[in-house]
Amino acid sequence: MEDYNMELTHEEKEILEGKKGEVMRKALKSVVLYGKAFGAKRLLDIDGPVHLVTSFGMVGLDTVFDMMDEIIGAGIRTKEPFTVDPRPIDYENVECNEVQKKVFGVLYSNQERYETQLKKLGIKNDNAFTCTCYMPEVGNRPEKGQIISWAESSAVVFANSVIGARTNRNSGIIELLCGIVGKVPEFGLVTDKGRRAKWVIQVKTSKLPNAQVLGSAIGMKVVEDVPYIIGLDKFLGKGMNNTTMDYLKDMGAASASNGAVGLYHVENITPEAVEEGRELLEKEYNTYVVDDNEIRNIIESYPVLWENMNARPAVCFIGCPHLSIDQIYDWSDKISSALDKKEKSKVELNTVLSAAPDVISKFRSDEKAYKKLTDMGVHLTYICPLMYMSNPECSKQPVITNSNKLRTYSKARFLLDQDVLYAIVNGDIKGAEKFD
Amino acid sequence: MFYMQLSMVISRGLRNLTKNFKGRVVLGGNTTGEIIVTRQGFNVLASYFGALSTGSTICSDQNNKDLYGKDLKNKIICLPKTIGSTTGGMILQSITEKGIGPSAMLFSEHIDSLAAAGIILCDVWNDRRIIAIDQLGDEFLNCVRNGQKIHIRQDGTIIVE
Repeated sequence: MEDYNMELTHEEKEILEGKKGEVMRKALKSVVLYGKAFGAKRLLDIDGPVHLVTSFGMVGLDTVFDMMDEIIGAGIRTKEPFTVDPRPIDYENVECNEVQKKVFGVLYSNQERYETQLKKLGIKNDNAFTCTCYMPEVGNRPEKGQIISWAESSAVVFANSVIGARTNRNSGIIELLCGIVGKVPEFGLVTDKGRRAKWVIQVKTSKLPNAQVLGSAIGMKVVEDVPYIIGLDKFLGKGMNNTTMDYLKDMGAASASNGAVGLYHVENITPEAVEEGRELLEKEYNTYVVDDNEIRNIIESYPVLWENMNARPAVCFIGCPHLSIDQIYDWSDKISSALDKKEKSKVELNTVLSAAPDVISKFRSDEKAYKKLTDMGVHLTYICPLMYMSNPECSKQPVITNSNKLRTYSKARFLLDQDVLYAIVNGDIKGAEKFD
Repeated sequence: MFYMQLSMVISRGLRNLTKNFKGRVVLGGNTTGEIIVTRQGFNVLASYFGALSTGSTICSDQNNKDLYGKDLKNKIICLPKTIGSTTGGMILQSITEKGIGPSAMLFSEHIDSLAAAGIILCDVWNDRRIIAIDQLGDEFLNCVRNGQKIHIRQDGTIIVE
């Protein structure tokens, strides 16, 4: 047998010798080689469901879908029902013209095939498509200390940091193969050593900084290292509550996309920081101070990729990563008050809020609240805004967002929440205050 | 005797014209080819987005000033590491299966999880190898230039002509 430089169990060796079939051999070999590349010395058992990043049947990925067929053909499923990132298309709630639809038809031509494959592989249910699988309404929420195999970067950083579960920032497909063999290689963020902080981030702002900008600043500075954040408890309070969780969700997603952060600790707030405090710091660490000036500089550094800088926005996306139910209520209230002040009843922009299907269902069950939101002309969808922006016919439009992840991976223009609100109500970004 | 001495002089001269580097073998092999260099992180999805839909191997990553608009087909890519979406690994697998992926990837830093997944998936599931050598160091990345010829050896030695 090939030398993997790893302590393998008798069962693992047998699988690698092909005693449980060719597909299992290839699945485990992939996982072992992946671990070997990072110096893993053994595999650990997974004790929570997988969350897949690949949710789209994109053109050109036939190899991946053929591989899925090979796995399904061998009668293999994941050990536990899994969740997956959002679907790409929702014509009912996200308006598209005929040309855009035609391009989507080509771009995601394997969608039906892939969703059928996901059912055979063991997806939880038809609603399991979201980047925020850890929301209580969705239910794929591990517990502190659990070893899991996830790939979606915003979910990975949430699971590691806010929950205290353990997963590496895996690549798509590898997380599925780990789910199939029920094991992950022991390296990086699943180890105690890999979870120690190499940076202290001192938040010295005059008020709670915008989560998306703070996350972006941290991501760009520490890249893939683990930061230990001091000073946020001054604004968020000690311990965890829903508001703090939503803040950290958005901050983490920005740190993961503007850098490659897979775990952060927040003093007096996140579980490992509450338990171990500054013991989590490496002996030698770097320090980064984030004050009001730094926040301002970070915002000013974002390039605007619109062809016409003064264009009137065509679409506004809020909810990348997907919104929590509290955030939907909050945006609904904010939009409603802003419209009232302007003596308007409807938004002036095509405004799209994005959330998990199960979160939307719960919100819709509050008929009064749902009616209030939709009466204002706001759309509520389950899609991934990034996948919408993958369509060149969509991305050529001037799109605004409060998501730093969407800004990073597309031509969407980033605005702070209050500026997004201004644009939604006035139909334009001219006159929006950039800083308050 | 004269020819022997001449041969030694030529050989020494050639050695002086080439530069050798040694990295860690992630997936080994011997190959020779033309290189293309990015000194910033290589965003797999953004770079090969066009390749997925149209088969074009012209780099489509507008944020990569080193590679945008250049042809990546079957090149040896010299890079610090890959960045971007965690779908990167399967994009690499897919374009390599189409026969238009890189023939080798030479990392100045430690290989990242996206690239590692991509090269491993290709190798194990599609029987197509992207040779991968990592930890070649900053000096390597500073030394190499687009269009140069490089020889890669099984033991992780890189010979830059």
